[in-house]
Amino acid sequence: MAELRILVCVKRVPAPGARITLTADHQGIDAKNLGFTTSPHEECAVEEAIRLVEAHGGSATVLTLGAIEADEQLRYAVSVGINAAVHVTHATLAGSADWDAQATARALTEAIASIEATDGAFDLILFGNESADSGGFQVGVRVARSLGRAIVNGIKGITIADGMVTAQRESTSGFEVYQLELPAVLGVKEGLNLPRYPTLPGRLKSKKVQVPVLTAEPVSGGLTMLRFDNAAELVVQTTMLGTGPEAAPAIVDLLEELGLL
Amino acid sequence: MSSDFPTTARVVVIGAGIVGNSVVGHLAELGWRDIVQIDKGPLPNPGGSTGHASNFIFPVDHNREMAMLNLDSQRQYAEMGVNTECGGIEVARTPERMEELRRRMVSAKNWGIESRLVTPEEIKEMVPFINSDILLGGFYTPSVSVVDSLRAGTIFRERAQALGALQTFANVEVEDMIVEDGVIKAVVTDHGRIDADYVVVACGVWSPRIAAMAGVEIPLTPAVHQMIDVGPIPILEATNMELGFPIIRDMDTFCYERQSAGSMEVGSYAHRPIFMTADEIPSIKESRLSPTELPITMEDFDPQLEQALELMPDILSTAEIKYAINGLLSLTPDGFPLIGEIPGVTNLWACAAIWIKEGPGAARMLAEWMTHGQPEIDPHHSDIARFYPYARNDHHVRARCAEHFNKTYGIVHPREQWASERNIRTAPYKDRTDALGAVYFQAGGWERPHWYESNAPLVAKYGVEDRPHEWDARWWSPIINAEHLAMKENVGMVDLAPFVVYDIKGPGTMEYLQGLAVNNVDVAIGKSVYTPLLDVNGGFRSDLTMMRLGTDFYRVITGAFDGPRDAFWFTKHLPADGSVTFEDKTSSFVTIGLWGPRSREVMSRLTTSDVSNEAFPYGTTQEVLFGSLAVRLFRISYVGELGWEIYVPMENARAVWDLIAEAGQESGIVPVGGGVYGTTGRLEKGYRLMGAELDGEYTPVEAGLARPKVKSADFVGKAAYLKAREDGPAAIVCTLAVTDHVSARDGIKRYMTGGETILTLAGDRIVDAKGRISTVTTAGAGPSLGAFLLMAYLTPEHAVVGNELLVHYMNETYPVKVIVAGSAPAFDPTDARMKA
Amino acid sequence: MSGEILVVLEHDRGETSDTSFQAFGLARALLAAGVGSSITAVVIGAEADALAGGLGAYGAARSISVHHGELTDYAPEAWGDVVAQLIAARAPAAVVATGTDRGNEVLAHASAIVDLPFAANVTDVALADGLSLTRVRWGGSLLEQARLQAPVFVLSGSAHTFSGEVSGDAAVVVEVLEPTLGASAARTRVVDRVTLAAGITLTTAAVVVSGGRGVGSADGFAPLAELAELLGGAVGCSRVVTNNGWRPHSDQVGQTGKRIAPELYIACGISGAIQHWVGMMASKHVLAINTDNEANMVGKAEYAVIGDLHKILPAVSDEIRRRRANA
Repeated sequence: MAELRILVCVKRVPAPGARITLTADHQGIDAKNLGFTTSPHEECAVEEAIRLVEAHGGSATVLTLGAIEADEQLRYAVSVGINAAVHVTHATLAGSADWDAQATARALTEAIASIEATDGAFDLILFGNESADSGGFQVGVRVARSLGRAIVNGIKGITIADGMVTAQRESTSGFEVYQLELPAVLGVKEGLNLPRYPTLPGRLKSKKVQVPVLTAEPVSGGLTMLRFDNAAELVVQTTMLGTGPEAAPAIVDLLEELGLL
Repeated sequence: MSSDFPTTARVVVIGAGIVGNSVVGHLAELGWRDIVQIDKGPLPNPGGSTGHASNFIFPVDHNREMAMLNLDSQRQYAEMGVNTECGGIEVARTPERMEELRRRMVSAKNWGIESRLVTPEEIKEMVPFINSDILLGGFYTPSVSVVDSLRAGTIFRERAQALGALQTFANVEVEDMIVEDGVIKAVVTDHGRIDADYVVVACGVWSPRIAAMAGVEIPLTPAVHQMIDVGPIPILEATNMELGFPIIRDMDTFCYERQSAGSMEVGSYAHRPIFMTADEIPSIKESRLSPTELPITMEDFDPQLEQALELMPDILSTAEIKYAINGLLSLTPDGFPLIGEIPGVTNLWACAAIWIKEGPGAARMLAEWMTHGQPEIDPHHSDIARFYPYARNDHHVRARCAEHFNKTYGIVHPREQWASERNIRTAPYKDRTDALGAVYFQAGGWERPHWYESNAPLVAKYGVEDRPHEWDARWWSPIINAEHLAMKENVGMVDLAPFVVYDIKGPGTMEYLQGLAVNNVDVAIGKSVYTPLLDVNGGFRSDLTMMRLGTDFYRVITGAFDGPRDAFWFTKHLPADGSVTFEDKTSSFVTIGLWGPRSREVMSRLTTSDVSNEAFPYGTTQEVLFGSLAVRLFRISYVGELGWEIYVPMENARAVWDLIAEAGQESGIVPVGGGVYGTTGRLEKGYRLMGAELDGEYTPVEAGLARPKVKSADFVGKAAYLKAREDGPAAIVCTLAVTDHVSARDGIKRYMTGGETILTLAGDRIVDAKGRISTVTTAGAGPSLGAFLLMAYLTPEHAVVGNELLVHYMNETYPVKVIVAGSAPAFDPTDARMKA
Repeated sequence: MSGEILVVLEHDRGETSDTSFQAFGLARALLAAGVGSSITAVVIGAEADALAGGLGAYGAARSISVHHGELTDYAPEAWGDVVAQLIAARAPAAVVATGTDRGNEVLAHASAIVDLPFAANVTDVALADGLSLTRVRWGGSLLEQARLQAPVFVLSGSAHTFSGEVSGDAAVVVEVLEPTLGASAARTRVVDRVTLAAGITLTTAAVVVSGGRGVGSADGFAPLAELAELLGGAVGCSRVVTNNGWRPHSDQVGQTGKRIAPELYIACGISGAIQHWVGMMASKHVLAINTDNEANMVGKAEYAVIGDLHKILPAVSDEIRRRRANA
């Protein structure tokens, strides 16, 4: 087959610690001291795209809908080996604010259609199973449906051969296997691979790449965020199993209880 | 925990990083018991700067105090088995840096640290993956080491616990500090209140917040230091060691490359200054990594990536950036630590702004200070009492830290002046000194003319030689020497506005000052006393002059660089009964010096009072009128000439400046700058300066300031002083002259800047019986003598006039000769000019 | 607000799990909030026919048993098509499922087809100007209050939030639906199943026995390796261990090593530096073994034993062998 064309859709999300601090009006996350990162499932999607291109040839493009600052995540993807990046943005996307799933999916679909119209269709589009921050579990599905392509979520293993993609999805007993004809869309999960970090030359190269910026208009669906609150904190009550080797039976009891023996 | 949580303690130590842990260890060892240590984070890594430190120690520092703290810390780490020597190379990409490395050789020799200059080829041999093509050379120190600061902290705690001296409580947050009548009483925590006799603030970047709870300031700012970890790198992994190669400091790019097992840490001091406040630091829970490991702002690091790649292309081009942080550390306005009792709250001590390399040493300093009243290593630069009020606030701290952050690996000239926070304290006649082309150096925040460009023509008149080497001539002018000679020929006026003035009054004043001063202060009204103040160990605490203006009224004059420390000392010892009052009058007066053989004729034009030697003898003070303006004259001199210090109320200062200038015109008066007052004039007379010749490690006996008799009244340090007199000096302050300035390397005449090592003709350091090393305390011209002078302490066998020695400057030696041993002046030894 | 609440019952070839019936808990919460007037279960695939009749116990008045030749195993697109067709045909008040991978996936497909908003992982509902709801973000650490305005409320309930218990024993009317599915419906279907590879790795092991500075040396890892082998687990370590050359970097857990999520993480002589914590904080259970009862890891662990790991671990291995011999 011809060389692969892969697209990875990523989202810029805050990288909080053990507690998320909210803005005073509870309308967003106080990201003053926070770094931002690519949503973890999508980090694996980026890594997988690079590996697939390394194995099969072709090129990988990264696409995001996000604030101007999301340029950082696009360039990060380039710094680890993605070939090209496209940025869709709008003034309403700032800080930790995002659009609802329907508006996001619509904007991405339009961007993909426009990229494909000029550069040709993507064989494979990768999404994260869900974003780390909003956790809507639906943008990839909506985009795939709009494009008329097949999608399976929860993927932790990908093989491409003979115009088909074989995808593995974790189940309680092992893996479920799906086979999709290309072009296809997959929603992937962390654990698919161990993402690489950028090299120094990679980082420097990513500074130079041209990133086309497209704009989109938000067309909201029916789900409107009103406010955020912190969930009640889990307080870990440490159970002392004992002191010294005398605690061994208690430890083995625990192993039995957890079904690990 | 609450039921076991203590409600009282002898001392509460706040912080369990390397500093807090070292402090509890040393306090316990010195006999302190009932120590309670708290930290808001968990153990052994509570989330402060210690947790992300690179943990390496390059022991060589140009500053003695810092070098001593480094070496002491390294010794302590080694004793605990957590010091691993790996060697370190500071590499040079530029000729300026090579010159700096030569200067570092002098400092290394000074402190007895084995170092050597190495060629690019030698560097390549030690570090095969370095690109030696871009290097000119390096400064290699085999004893550079990496320490395990977390383990060291645990050992310190365990030792204190083994002595039954310490309880440590993690995850305890300080909520308030209780101060009553200026004394610390208690620490209020989220686990309860602890009443304590002493409290030590040792919590690094959070220290300002804790101090603020007690109403005082710890002037530091949390600042970002960027660090990335790059790996895996096979050649590093193959060593199977934490460090198999020397640490590289790429000095010209302000970066370091430190192996960390299979990867390379690249750290930077090259990026823009990025500061936070203690309150802005995220909590442990809010932090992704830790409160002091913030997300990296990579765009600030990018230029360093290119430079690192250039230095180590073979290993850094394929390895991955696995960890990258904006790490927080503490910076102070002058780059020195903050140690000691905090002015304003008795028994509240600070031990902050301390890095891994000096942690255990700084803690020992603090513990000795708290225990004995004075540490072994003189704390002159680290003393938290050193700051004027203007220098303690966030604005000043940030301005200065922004200026010096990029100098962390910079080349800093010993005379270098700050660019920020200038013109904040100025004399009322500054328009006059501006018009005279004054070049200002800052002293205690004041702008003080160092020389006047208007005197440039005097350079030719007196035939003053320039200095051919840019480094030697930096922050210097031949005009200084010309001003010196003009003053000695006719008369000069000196702007001394930065003088610090304290008025001490009340029925107990004489007795109170008698208890602090070495010399008898019970002199007649109108007379003065020049006296050292000692610490309990008999070392210099201060060196100042007092005028007795009434039975119960003394005016104390001290130097601009000593004001805050002296104010702290005086107020700390004020009697509790209120019989003595202390008032800082610095902002009420300026001082103008008038000196030179023709000063009396000028003074006669200014006042109708009798200023003859008989009516106005040396060492006395009188109030006189300059026209309608009352001024106080003090017949004294720091430049060895006839003349007066003129104390003028601030609002008359500009008028009086003009009167003096006018009255001096026909006597050939010239404005004279601090270059003469502080260096050339002083040096020729062998006058010792607090912070240069005088510090806590030397006694009046050694400094040549011991009087034949000791007064009967008791005073601080008397017992130690008596013993020092009995023991005799282990070293004697001397004046030496450089006998040949020509560099053997390039034939250029060189002029020392101070701090250099004095060597025997065999090239050995001179170490006295107390282990102190002979270094140049002051260097400068003696224009009247036609010589270049150095002051240094020498052991008695070397303190002999005519003795020939060497001075080690820029890694070369120059011959010197002792011209004065002891306190006698090299110029006008009988003081005939001054007492004319 | 009257109408049906459709509950999509999750099952795997007829087998339900503990979360399957929690969707009914959400449906009942909606009824209580005034949304809908009855519950209709949707049971997709003939293999699950046996389930349809018993759903009255969970509050269903009606069960729709969906039969089709392509619906022999889980097929997300086809399942989504079925639900979308039911929405179009029955105009229900709401459609709910449990917020599992499959539940969310099916509702995402259905809502995409009919272009409805979909709120995933809801924890609370109330009727007010549409539906006022609370849903979880950030894996549960943040709660979002939101308003859902739509002709049909499509919701998944956050797992383990709503009751999956039997709530009564009402009779249920079962009807069978044979939908028309497009050719594309079958293109995403489970075609094979594989059992997990036997090889144990750090990232897949159910038990990780991990050592830190307290292990003391490379040889000191022997009791950790022994226990890991007995448990079919893997050995991990903290950064200081790799730094000291005691274990290879591939064993390192943490910020600069691997991030893992075993059933049980046994942290031996690990202080619990934050950089390490982020590598193993997803572990289901943590047991800390440490000489210092104030160590961060001890405070954060669910279970702890204070003492010398070099004495404790061999005793644990002996105890395991003893029990296995007696079993």
